[in-house]
Amino acid sequence: MSDRVVETLKPALVAGGVLLFICAGGLLGWLRQPRELRLDPPAAADLDQFRLMHNGISGTPPQSYFALGKPYEADAYNLSQGKRLYSWFGCPACHGDGRGGVGPSFLDGWWLYGPEMVSIVASIRDGRPHGMPAFRDKMTIEQIWQLAGYVQTIGSYTPKVAAPSRNDDKNSRPAENRGPAIIMFDEGPTGAHFDQGPSP
Amino acid sequence: MRAVPPLLISTVVAASGCSGNQSALDPNGAPAIHIEHLIIVIVIICTVIWLLVMGVLGLAILRRRDRPAEDPISEKRLTTVVSAAVATTVIIIAGLTIASFYTTRGIGVPEDAALTITVRGQQWWWQIFYASSGATPGFQTANEIHIPVGQDVHLKLESTDVIHSFWVPSLAGKQDLVPGRSNGLLLRAEKPGVYRGQCAEFCGLQHSHMAIMVVAEPAADYERWAAAQSGNAVIPAAPDAVAGQAIFMAKPCAACHTVRGTSASGTTGPDLTHIGSRQTIAAGLVETTRGSLAAWIADPQTLKPGNNMPMVPLTSAELQNISAYMESLK
Repeated sequence: MSDRVVETLKPALVAGGVLLFICAGGLLGWLRQPRELRLDPPAAADLDQFRLMHNGISGTPPQSYFALGKPYEADAYNLSQGKRLYSWFGCPACHGDGRGGVGPSFLDGWWLYGPEMVSIVASIRDGRPHGMPAFRDKMTIEQIWQLAGYVQTIGSYTPKVAAPSRNDDKNSRPAENRGPAIIMFDEGPTGAHFDQGPSP
Repeated sequence: MRAVPPLLISTVVAASGCSGNQSALDPNGAPAIHIEHLIIVIVIICTVIWLLVMGVLGLAILRRRDRPAEDPISEKRLTTVVSAAVATTVIIIAGLTIASFYTTRGIGVPEDAALTITVRGQQWWWQIFYASSGATPGFQTANEIHIPVGQDVHLKLESTDVIHSFWVPSLAGKQDLVPGRSNGLLLRAEKPGVYRGQCAEFCGLQHSHMAIMVVAEPAADYERWAAAQSGNAVIPAAPDAVAGQAIFMAKPCAACHTVRGTSASGTTGPDLTHIGSRQTIAAGLVETTRGSLAAWIADPQTLKPGNNMPMVPLTSAELQNISAYMESLK
């Protein structure tokens, strides 16, 4: 008797189990990454407090950045915001779609100041010699971190799990969530960049 | 006293939505009047049909037979009735189609509109461009369209991000704003007034807070408004507004917003040259007062979560000065 009951209820139980599994997945995703539309002001202010090596290359992000879970590198929402800021603040004027132009390329596998977030944030915030302007007074520090996360994604050596939103128009280069840039555009760390960098 | 029946209450509540400055049933423009006529015709015809169908159904239930009639005379009568019903349906649907075709033609954009305004939808506000006309140079504003009463206005609808829909029910029908193309809409107000509109295509988190105001005014008032809007921003005189201007130019504000006549020339946010003259800020979210301006600048993400204005860290004195400056931009 009970066998027959189990037999009849089996499809319902399987369906229920699958549904529960999906709901639990959704809940876990939400718990892992609820959308953060703005940081608490003290946390945002702390993002300004990173330390840079004195050659301007690499350094340490503030402790609070790790406590937040490094959101600007691996969070699809922040990467998308960064992508929007990339065009809003005129980055394509010098860096094009990431392949460079007047400014250096992000896709050639060669970072003049290293691929660390702190270096990129410092480049955007304070500017760099040979033409990179400072965006300190044009963007909030939170926006600078978002933009830096996107710039890092354009030229990352390893593929990221999170990706920004897709382009509305045709891709002029591989999308941001493809394999590492170095495979696609490996021109090598050649002397082509001798005129740029901290000490030309 | 007898309790008021709930049906009556809900009817009264629902009917109160039929008037006011945002209602398709309280039209004040030629296109909206055409559409209202179409609505009334369709509702009346469909009501009559529904009542007839229900009546026939009731009759059939009351006069039911125990066995189906299978004699030739009944069969023939049945064929006649069904054929007549099909023919009537075809005629009615064709009639409604023709009526809606003529309505659509009647609200098309005429070739010789007096005024052409470009409306560009953005998440989640309306960017509005007036072309230069005569002595008045072209200018940009946001979330508030002024039009002269009794004149055809051609709206060119565009979008920069996702699909929005422009809908001012009292003046015209809906029209989508589609990225990458330009749609036309005829806007015409027969009576002066302020008509509220709303984005009518779900466009993201703050879709519900994407309202637009259409201010219809006599031609002379409109000309005066256009002349004032096309000018540069007023130079602040009050000390707090002067201080506010300096802060505005030094902080990230000026990187996204334009205040004509100053160094602020950002293009991604709304043009703030005459923000103090607009009735509302943040696309109809709150009335423009010094207090609401300060609240908005202090924390835009709490008032309208997800919008693209970041929270710029300001001291309370800076905030007071900036909101004084914004309010002074009449």
